Amino acid sequence: MKAWLKILAVILICYTIVGGFLFSVPRLNIVNETIRGLYFHVPMWFGMIALFLASTIYSIQYLRNPSFNSDTKALEFANTGLALGLLGIFTGMIWANYTWGSPWHGDPKQNGAAISLLVYLAYFVLRGSIENEDQRARLSAVYNIFAFCAMIPLIFIIPRMTSSMHPGNGGNPGFNMYDLDSRMRMVFYPAVVGWILLGFWIATLRIRTRFVNEKLLDLENE
Amino acid sequence: MFFTLLKKELTLELRRKSVISGLVLYLFSTAFICYLTFSLRQNQITPLVWSALFWITILFTVINTIAKSFIGEKRGRDIYYFSIASPETIILSKIIYNFLLTLILSFAGFGLFVLLLKNPIADLGLFCLAITLSAFGFSASLTLLSGIASKANNSNILMAVLSFPIVISILLITVKITKNCIDGLDRSISTNDLLTLFAINCLVTAASYLLFPYIWRN
Repeated sequence: MKAWLKILAVILICYTIVGGFLFSVPRLNIVNETIRGLYFHVPMWFGMIALFLASTIYSIQYLRNPSFNSDTKALEFANTGLALGLLGIFTGMIWANYTWGSPWHGDPKQNGAAISLLVYLAYFVLRGSIENEDQRARLSAVYNIFAFCAMIPLIFIIPRMTSSMHPGNGGNPGFNMYDLDSRMRMVFYPAVVGWILLGFWIATLRIRTRFVNEKLLDLENE
Repeated sequence: MFFTLLKKELTLELRRKSVISGLVLYLFSTAFICYLTFSLRQNQITPLVWSALFWITILFTVINTIAKSFIGEKRGRDIYYFSIASPETIILSKIIYNFLLTLILSFAGFGLFVLLLKNPIADLGLFCLAITLSAFGFSASLTLLSGIASKANNSNILMAVLSFPIVISILLITVKITKNCIDGLDRSISTNDLLTLFAINCLVTAASYLLFPYIWRN
């Protein structure tokens, strides 16, 4: 990753934290100050989707042209995406505790998110249960692509077809994409970019660690 | 080639009757357990409980059915297939064959549930369509996963772990359609769900068709 992107990520996230807690926000019933969760909860999902997409792209690249390089990248992007997804679930649970009254409310969006995390947990189980390295990389790449395809209806289609209490679904006092007022947009958009950049930064660091470890192993074997 | 492979699967299935009779027995046992647990309190089986029991039974039966499509194959036989047919034909014939098997088992399960429990379905035609579509979705997605699981260790556990998150979107929509069928709602209400189910089937089939050559090449 380019250095200026890293600096940008740090600046944007500092701005998000300061702006997210201090800037004024619209007053809405029930939601009140918890609306600030938007700056930290929603970008997690954007980041997760971006990272999973990157992981899928590297899996496709692996199938077209097998190399240790693209397999490691697919693995680590999925790893970091999973971490962001867990953070997204936890921030959502904290928010739900104060507005819906309980951390897990069985809302279609919560369930969909939980299932999509199960998909990637299954991906790691699959990786763990194949010993041959080439076969592990190839089969897990196939599963990764297949799982991403199967996740699209789960995250993007089904929640939109069912009624939900989640903000952005109308009928409840909350933030819709359209009643995000301009003051919130000024923090929200930078927050999305900042968290996505941070996710990619973490992933690239992990990828580099793996490469170094692999090189050390090679040297030890010689 | 495609029809030859399909015919081979069917003949093989009819010859070793133990597998198919085992699956039917599995289905019967599950349905019978559902019946026994509620034996004298039939009135407590609300339509929603019925739908939950029915789909859980079908899901487990189907996973067990399709899991054997690659896991059960003898080692070395796949090398023979590899030399005579393209991977695309193999996956398509397996999907179609599994679809037929799943369809038969699903309708047998429905018959058993009607016989043992009761029949809460008001709109039978729509429900049959939902069963057919879900059977195709299950067979298209699970056949590929069975191929993946057969290459790994502890493949039976892996099969379940890999397939649950994938088939759950198909299952969620079918359960929703089932609810509409039970309530006897107008068919136009379910059209959207049926179309979504159909679209998911197309997506999953296309993905299986494209990805299978990579797990086959060894």
